[in-house]
Amino acid sequence: MNPGSIKPLAECNVGESGTVRAMDMDAGPRQRLLEMGLLIGSRIDVVRFAPLGDPIEIKVRGYFLSLRKFDAAKIQVEVL
Amino acid sequence: MSNRETAPSARNFAIAGNPNCGKSTLFNALTGLRQKIGNYPGVTVERKVGEFRGLHGEPMTLLDLPGTYSMQVRSPDEAVSRDVLLGKRTDTPRPDAVICVVDASNLERNLYLVAQILELRLPVVVALNMIDVSEANGMRIDVPALGHMLGVPVIPMVASSGRGVVDLKAALSDPARLRVGTMAPMNPAFDREVQALAENLGPAEPVAISEASLWISQPVLDELPAAQRSLVEQSQARIQAAGLDPFSAPVEARYEWIHQMCAAAVHRSGSDSASLSDRLDTILTHSLWGWVVFASMMALVFFSIFTVAAYPMEWIDAGFAALADGARSMIPEGDFQSLVADGVIAGVGGVVIFLPQILVLFFFLGLLEDSGYMARAAFIMDRVMSRVGLHGKSFIPLLSSFACAIPGIMATRTIENRKDRLVTILVAPLMSCSARLPVYALMIAVLLPTGSAWQKAGILLCMYAVGTLAAFGMAWLFKRTLLRGDTPMLLLELPPYRMPVLQTVMLRMLERAKIFLVRAGTVIFALSILLWALATYPKLPDGSDPADALAHSFAGQMGHAIEPVIRPLGYDWKIGIGLIASFAAREVFVGTMGIVYHLEDVDETSQSLIETIRNQVGADGMPVFTPLVCLGLMVFYVLAMQCISTVAIVRRETNSWSWPLFQIAYMTALAYAGAFIVFQGGRLLGFQ
Repeated sequence: MNPGSIKPLAECNVGESGTVRAMDMDAGPRQRLLEMGLLIGSRIDVVRFAPLGDPIEIKVRGYFLSLRKFDAAKIQVEVL
Repeated sequence: MSNRETAPSARNFAIAGNPNCGKSTLFNALTGLRQKIGNYPGVTVERKVGEFRGLHGEPMTLLDLPGTYSMQVRSPDEAVSRDVLLGKRTDTPRPDAVICVVDASNLERNLYLVAQILELRLPVVVALNMIDVSEANGMRIDVPALGHMLGVPVIPMVASSGRGVVDLKAALSDPARLRVGTMAPMNPAFDREVQALAENLGPAEPVAISEASLWISQPVLDELPAAQRSLVEQSQARIQAAGLDPFSAPVEARYEWIHQMCAAAVHRSGSDSASLSDRLDTILTHSLWGWVVFASMMALVFFSIFTVAAYPMEWIDAGFAALADGARSMIPEGDFQSLVADGVIAGVGGVVIFLPQILVLFFFLGLLEDSGYMARAAFIMDRVMSRVGLHGKSFIPLLSSFACAIPGIMATRTIENRKDRLVTILVAPLMSCSARLPVYALMIAVLLPTGSAWQKAGILLCMYAVGTLAAFGMAWLFKRTLLRGDTPMLLLELPPYRMPVLQTVMLRMLERAKIFLVRAGTVIFALSILLWALATYPKLPDGSDPADALAHSFAGQMGHAIEPVIRPLGYDWKIGIGLIASFAAREVFVGTMGIVYHLEDVDETSQSLIETIRNQVGADGMPVFTPLVCLGLMVFYVLAMQCISTVAIVRRETNSWSWPLFQIAYMTALAYAGAFIVFQGGRLLGFQ
């Protein structure tokens, strides 16, 4: 993927890194993500996918967090 | 600001922290066995309090708050924690200070909760736990600088080895060090609205501002009465009009503050190379090896439940048998002897016998939880669970239910979403628990007198499969009808693998064992007496044939009464007595069949009982226990509720009678339908 392009987190590949640019979801889930340290501008690394392809595991603020592709599709990431 | 500088030394502490930060380990390191577990009155939220001594031997109490990432309320547990810290619960005094446990190796995310607790204007002591791990990761934390910026004591420690515990006590015992710390600077427009809302919401209390600040940034306000809700909503609207998002602005402000503190106080050296934990995960969540390890782990747990636990179960069985013999020799023959020996001792013993399985299960669950593997199990299984609309987090409660639905249902407390939790509770008893084993074993022996071990194991496995499929099918159905709702967002932290702390695992295991014994024991005790009375009274007039005693009893009359209903399943009134008797506890079926067929000291391997059952003939001279009847009975026991202890737990956990009653109704209907299909369908296909 070209650096600088923006795509949903769910479509990122293992090993890719990026910066969160937008989170298009309701206030409740959005706030939960923010409180887990996933802010607009946060850097994330895509670590792996679960054996059945979902959920996705990312690294943010030095720890590992997993979320479903359904939700990851709503997070726009600018690929580094 | 605070009047605590002049107050006598603090005595009441609360301990808070993120999941996986070592909070339980520190709680146990401080309090040891001096812990008490109960529930907050009126809610099904567990309340755990421990006692410990301060630096100078002064008695202190420590309230364990549930592990959480945020003070923003999303579950009943979190609402209770918030109310306790705000001093709004009448049953629990507001703590004098809060110990915030922080995982030093995951500092920024952990400090977020600290930032929120500091905003509650309570004195805080930060326990900077797992400092050894952060040092090994190449992080050097300037502890005095961090403490200075937070405005509260920061104690570096390693709770699992006890390092730093004395320093922590020194801080807790020194009133001069217990201070209300610094707060993250908020946008002035936000602060103004919080101030205004605090004044509008009611009486000027010291906590009013902290409370208003929590409400104003909360997206879901269902908890609040309409008048207050509209006040909060107006404040939120004004903040939005000022160009701020009330839900995200405070979060961003806290993280900005934390980021600045960490930039100043944390020095990193060395590269951020893949950790051991990460390398382990390349195997443990691998698309092939991940499943192999997962299946092996689950097999090991099951194997242990059925093998390791078998020995103590035999001892308990023998112990209760000896106890019953003792009672028979000490109490003169008569009703009272029968009540004690056949009613109470046999009934309670029938339940206590499952204690070893519960201990083994919770020992392994504790190991898996503490080591960090449990989160991987949820990670691997989430896709499967999502097919029926549930979370990966529902997997463990369902798995636990293979041992016993009671710990399984208690384990649903980790599911935040109410509807998902209810669905999990409703289907958990469909997973074949160990209490069904005696019934399966008896029926398989009757069905396959000469079958090989493989054939018997195959049938047993089929029964487990039927239960599992029914549980998933019903979960799917409930999620689409009764408890429809969006599947909530899965946010699953995958903590680094750690060596489990034995004390933590053992204490949790003992905790659960105690709850099982107390809750199940009291109910079973009462029921045993009732069942005994039903099978004993009314007595036959003198001179009658004692063989008719059972038919004459209430239980016998009830068996006759339901006979028309169970006829289509192929059962006679004697099996009906077994069904009625095992309504309270399914394993009672085996003993009841023994009573019905006039045998003493029967168990599921007793040859005489199996022979007697196989030779039973009905009024028409045909065998009663045909293969179809045996299979149908097993399917009935797979699907029926038949456990009064589970009913009691469901009633507690859902805080209502309607859910357990609904559960009994749907499971009984399912069981009847299942047995009907097996019996009538089998006959249509030409089987016996």
